[in-house]
Amino acid sequence: MKADDPDIHWVEEPKLGLAGKMYLPLFVQGLTTTARHLVSRKVTVSFPDERPKIGNPLIYRGVHRLNKDEQDRVKCVACFLCATACPAHCIDIVAAESPWPDREKYPAHFAIDELRCIYCGMCEEACPVDAIELTSFCDLTGRSREEMVFDKEKLLSVYDQTKDSEPMRSASMGASSGRATT
Amino acid sequence: MATVIINGQELELDDDERLNGIQAAARLGYDIPHYCWHPGLSVVASCRMCLVETGRRDPESGEISMMPKLVPGCQTPATDGTVFVTESDKVKQARAQVEEGLLINHPIDCPICDKAGECRLQDYYFEHGQGSRRADLRPFTSRRRSLGDTVTLFVDRCVMCSRCVRFTREITGTGELYVEGRGAGEEIDVFPGFPLANKMAGNVVDLCPVGALGDKDFLYSQRVWFMKSHDGVCAGCSTGCSITIDENQDRVYRLRPRENPHINEWWMCDEGRYGYHHVHSEHRLAGPQQFDAEARQYVNADWSRLPTELDKKFTAIAKRWPGSVAGVLSPHLSVEEAYLLAKYLRGVDPEATLVLGPVPVEGEDESFPQGFTIRAEKCPNRRGVEAVLEYFTGRVATFDDLLPDVAAGKLHAIWVSGGYRNDWIDEATAESFDAADLLVVQDLFDSPLMQRAHYQLPAAAFAERDGSYVNVADRLQSFRWAIRPPMGVRTEGSLLWQMSAMPGMYRAGEVLAEIAREIGYFSAAVEEIPAVGVDLKVNLLV
Repeated sequence: MKADDPDIHWVEEPKLGLAGKMYLPLFVQGLTTTARHLVSRKVTVSFPDERPKIGNPLIYRGVHRLNKDEQDRVKCVACFLCATACPAHCIDIVAAESPWPDREKYPAHFAIDELRCIYCGMCEEACPVDAIELTSFCDLTGRSREEMVFDKEKLLSVYDQTKDSEPMRSASMGASSGRATT
Repeated sequence: MATVIINGQELELDDDERLNGIQAAARLGYDIPHYCWHPGLSVVASCRMCLVETGRRDPESGEISMMPKLVPGCQTPATDGTVFVTESDKVKQARAQVEEGLLINHPIDCPICDKAGECRLQDYYFEHGQGSRRADLRPFTSRRRSLGDTVTLFVDRCVMCSRCVRFTREITGTGELYVEGRGAGEEIDVFPGFPLANKMAGNVVDLCPVGALGDKDFLYSQRVWFMKSHDGVCAGCSTGCSITIDENQDRVYRLRPRENPHINEWWMCDEGRYGYHHVHSEHRLAGPQQFDAEARQYVNADWSRLPTELDKKFTAIAKRWPGSVAGVLSPHLSVEEAYLLAKYLRGVDPEATLVLGPVPVEGEDESFPQGFTIRAEKCPNRRGVEAVLEYFTGRVATFDDLLPDVAAGKLHAIWVSGGYRNDWIDEATAESFDAADLLVVQDLFDSPLMQRAHYQLPAAAFAERDGSYVNVADRLQSFRWAIRPPMGVRTEGSLLWQMSAMPGMYRAGEVLAEIAREIGYFSAAVEEIPAVGVDLKVNLLV
């Protein structure tokens, strides 16, 4: 980019008045913020003795789950859109022809590296059938890196644990929900 | 000289050029969307996507009179004085309406459709379609049925361009596919009991502009946007079709034909298309091994020490018994690799015997009505290796010529290059190699000969090589590697480059330049090789 590029918008440094040059008003402003935090309510909690309060679990971005359809089958259609959207490249899918006549494609293998994930929620955004969702589970531990790679069964079990407290965004896939294009 | 006017710009065409509106507009950079038209097939003008405004300029007065209706660009010849308008509002409106019509019944299952990402319907919808959908139909799933062993039809995704039907009628002449029904009920189908089973059936999948035809070999295995495409050359037979190798993280997922008017036009055969599976076979040799005579077993060898070690052994034998070194140049080697090997062995021993490796032949050449030929010779580079042999030895000796000398124990050090996909040597033939003091075998898979080698070197597969192949019609095509060889495998080129004491990494282009200077047959390859290859006969006085 050159200095005379029309996309560059040049800004002049604002002229400082007497008050600005003295720093005093800004100094007072800063100290006021500090003092306010000294007396206000604490937001930190001493985890794990104390649990953080999760506001709305439906929009919280914690551990993933793989939703199931009405017939208790994995809802995912193995379209790889979550893997495409994932900025951390932590989703690994192997697609195969589904064993069910009414479904075409399903994930034979689906794994998320929970350590590599940055919990941005892009996978949830990208999913065309609302199969992958982030739950409000936030304290996950494991004894090895391998243990923290959650496979399909584990992600489905997260669904079983959370389906009552955090309902699915949409129960059906595609057609009847009217989400086909536009 | 014909002058065509496209969107106000004049385009000069040669007299012998027969272009239609789509091709003429493409010359000036205007992309006219189309589904049913394909340069290799007949024109049916059925999809109506390429509708354009046309007119004619009066040669006398220069006045332009336009046709009141839109006409298909694919069906309108670009003759002298023809006027095309491809970007007017009327044309754009027509495209949007065609696109809307096609999408009324098209299932919106792009997430699970293998074509998504390279689909015409998808691309044109974004480029030419309307912003919103007026139909209240929301189809999401497609019926599917198998058309044959290799192809699945997703019935509802089809836009009835009939490219696949025309392909089986015009190119293969087998005519398995037909259009069933009329109007909105039209479907592609096969006749009962006659599945799509010709040897070029895979091409219909490439031809399909939407995801209606799926290749069972590729289906569901990878999304197209994850793959990188590399230009390559098919090593399946001596036709040497230009191909595109689609790969993701060093795994080949599919091969597609690449347009080359001199060799394969737009097509390739199924044998070549699915002939990449051996590249990822688990039976491939995984690392270099050397026979430990004292322990009577193979031990792992080290690639970094091998070149000097082999060089020492070959030099010692050549000194002790001059003329006792031999090299078998496989027709699977690239021209560069064959040249480096021949040059190296002749450098060690000026009397070294050099022969052409066994040429695998299966059945007979098969030709299709439009001229596409599947060769019986299942190796990519016999002509190239022969030319290299002719340069070094003055004749082309075959593997069979070598065998008596081997059995008689006249040859003490033998280098055998392989690269064969299946069993190429039997136990009895391999036994005669027991007499050699030093046997180096470089091959993809284990073989009776490999079991007798003092050095077992794993070879690279076609997608892993850099180099050039010369096809049966003396056309040389160069290619770069598409995937890296598996752990423990080094390409023949890089090993021979190091053994020839050349500096740095293996650079096939440099070797080819040297070959072009040295060997008359390759003189046409002296400049950069274009994507369609060069005809080596062009400089020969025959």
